[in-house]
Amino acid sequence: MTKYNLTHLKELEAESIFILREVAAQFQKPAILFSGGKDSICVVHLARKAFHPAKFPFPLVHIDTGHNFPETIAFRDNLVKKMGAKLIIGSVQKSIDEGRASEEKGKNASRNAIQTVTLLDTIEDNGFDACLGGARRDEEKSRAKERFFSHRDEFGQWDPKNQRPELWNIFNGKCQIGEHFRVFPLSNWTEMDVWQYILTEKMEIPSLYFAHQRDVIWRNNTWLPVSQYIQMDDEEVVTKKLRFRTLGDITITGGVESKADTLEKIVEEVASARHTERGNRADDKRSETAMEDRKKEGYF
Amino acid sequence: MMRGYLDMELLRFTTAGSVDDGKSTLIGRLLYDSKSIFEDQLDQVKETSERRGSEEVDLALLTDGLKDEREQGITIDVAYRYFATPKRKFIIADTPGHIQYTRNMVTGASTANLALILIDARNGVVEQTCRHSVIASLLQIPHLVVCVNKMDLVSYDEIAFKKIKNNFEDFASKLDVKDVRFIPISALKGDNVVNRSDKMPWHEGATLLYTLENIHIGSDQNHIDCRFPVQTVIRPKTDEYHDYRGYAGRIAGGVFKPGDEVTVLPSGFASKIKSIDTFEGPVLEAFAPMSVTISLEDDIDVSRGDMIVRTNNKPDSKQDIEVMLCWLNNKGPMQRAKYTIRHTTFEAKAMIREIRYKLDISTLHRNEEEKSIGANDICRASLRTTKPLLIDSYRRNRNTGSIILVDEATNETIAAGMVI
Repeated sequence: MTKYNLTHLKELEAESIFILREVAAQFQKPAILFSGGKDSICVVHLARKAFHPAKFPFPLVHIDTGHNFPETIAFRDNLVKKMGAKLIIGSVQKSIDEGRASEEKGKNASRNAIQTVTLLDTIEDNGFDACLGGARRDEEKSRAKERFFSHRDEFGQWDPKNQRPELWNIFNGKCQIGEHFRVFPLSNWTEMDVWQYILTEKMEIPSLYFAHQRDVIWRNNTWLPVSQYIQMDDEEVVTKKLRFRTLGDITITGGVESKADTLEKIVEEVASARHTERGNRADDKRSETAMEDRKKEGYF
Repeated sequence: MMRGYLDMELLRFTTAGSVDDGKSTLIGRLLYDSKSIFEDQLDQVKETSERRGSEEVDLALLTDGLKDEREQGITIDVAYRYFATPKRKFIIADTPGHIQYTRNMVTGASTANLALILIDARNGVVEQTCRHSVIASLLQIPHLVVCVNKMDLVSYDEIAFKKIKNNFEDFASKLDVKDVRFIPISALKGDNVVNRSDKMPWHEGATLLYTLENIHIGSDQNHIDCRFPVQTVIRPKTDEYHDYRGYAGRIAGGVFKPGDEVTVLPSGFASKIKSIDTFEGPVLEAFAPMSVTISLEDDIDVSRGDMIVRTNNKPDSKQDIEVMLCWLNNKGPMQRAKYTIRHTTFEAKAMIREIRYKLDISTLHRNEEEKSIGANDICRASLRTTKPLLIDSYRRNRNTGSIILVDEATNETIAAGMVI
């Protein structure tokens, strides 16, 4: 390798740091959407690097569906304390109580779709003009079409066919009052890149990502965790050693059987995986265009 | 394996083509043969193919992202694809061949190290081939790989390949491209894509994947002219870093070292680099495209949009700028309209003083009579800005030689320009 070359991870890191700094410079009130998953943990880590030795100038926003893994919430609170960051919580339960959103019914009910209401309300209430998220283009087919700076109209909607062209490293974050941007610093990262980065940076991540014993049921071709939020028929509860490749609500996040209990083993597992990481997410399986439909409405 | 993955380089390349030239098949094959397609993705594509009554699995569905695209069988926007081999990680900017062709191709090309040009062996060099190549040349993509595809349909004939190669070279002699390679392939059958073809022993060059993995990209960035556009100022104001004042940015050219004599533009104040800081600690040198924080020996006023350069090598400071403009939205340039111009991290207002000529990107003909510009047109224009821009020619540095124009009313990015 020649002298003035970066490795691909260093180049991706440099790109993400550039984006984070652009957001701080171009917007009045930016925030990080923090889910407690590995991608948003990466965004926080990169934000810390981008503004070092100062603190990063973004609060963390968590849209709390109430259907969380307890491990995710414990991890979130610990991280916020360690970073000295400000945490803003948007509560889906509150949106339901106020009649702004209504709960889905039935056995496969989830709060995944209605959290868009809470998200958009939280953005409006706080006047955020840019929300940083950890979404990647390799995750899902409609996300492959996302810009780094993705414009949302006053209804929070995404218009995929009318996106601003993004050329070179010049990012246009201009918008009217009431509109906002979603910004994705990890756009060019793949799942493998994220895991390699977590490994090389020795980052802390929730224990749910590592293989552990858990009570689960087999539903919709995946191992769904048993919890108080899930309606069960006479489905059989079994104990499995598994881990989660993505973290969403406990009601929709399926685990994969795994023995990977260290970061090194996870990287090996990801390298040989034959299914996409969102393959176990019930929210993406509702239809072929489930993600695109939700994104147009203002979803993450 | 792990060590190898951490040492990988990143190659960004762009593809363009229409429905029939086998582009989706080629991308599908690269993704498939490098094991970047997962079983559930393939299942979904199989299911959709069956539902539409097609007998074979349509690999093109893998590259279509939006509902309308899958329904209409077209590609609307630039889609980004990722795959990796043990040697490199690849980012493909996949652009459609028809709708908003120029706009999307220019967008994809703006960050690419390499352009993949597909020619159908039965049809040879056609208008679309020329358009791809002209845009690759205008956007100064350093490497062109011309794949003559569907060789299986011309009996893997060497003479057919040579003829196309000669035709392309004739046309390319008018362009500004440095590195062109030709590969005869069949994306459908897999000849010379990942594996060497035994049907074309006459081809002495490498396969496509070998070329992508090994082409030298170390000199694609400018490592000569030191340019550091300041993004934001870092002032922690904590006890530990009470007096720290650092300038955060991404190096746009050259190699910076502590102790270097630098000048801050536009103010012209001279100083020395005190340290180049990162989260991991200070570094001894920094080069494009690293993101770092630079602190200076002297306490001078520096803010976003300023540029730190080496004292003996400064960019031009100009208010009258000649550019090649690519128009991106449907409303053409308005008389005396003022636009916001963005250049690195700097922003000013600009107006178009004159359209000098419109460029026909199929023939390279310069039409000096035709001045009406619309979406997807490319023209040479002269701009006047309210404040001087610190520019290099685009040929010399893509980072400091590129601009965009933003409509003040709609905030849309309406044009992209390359400084001549």
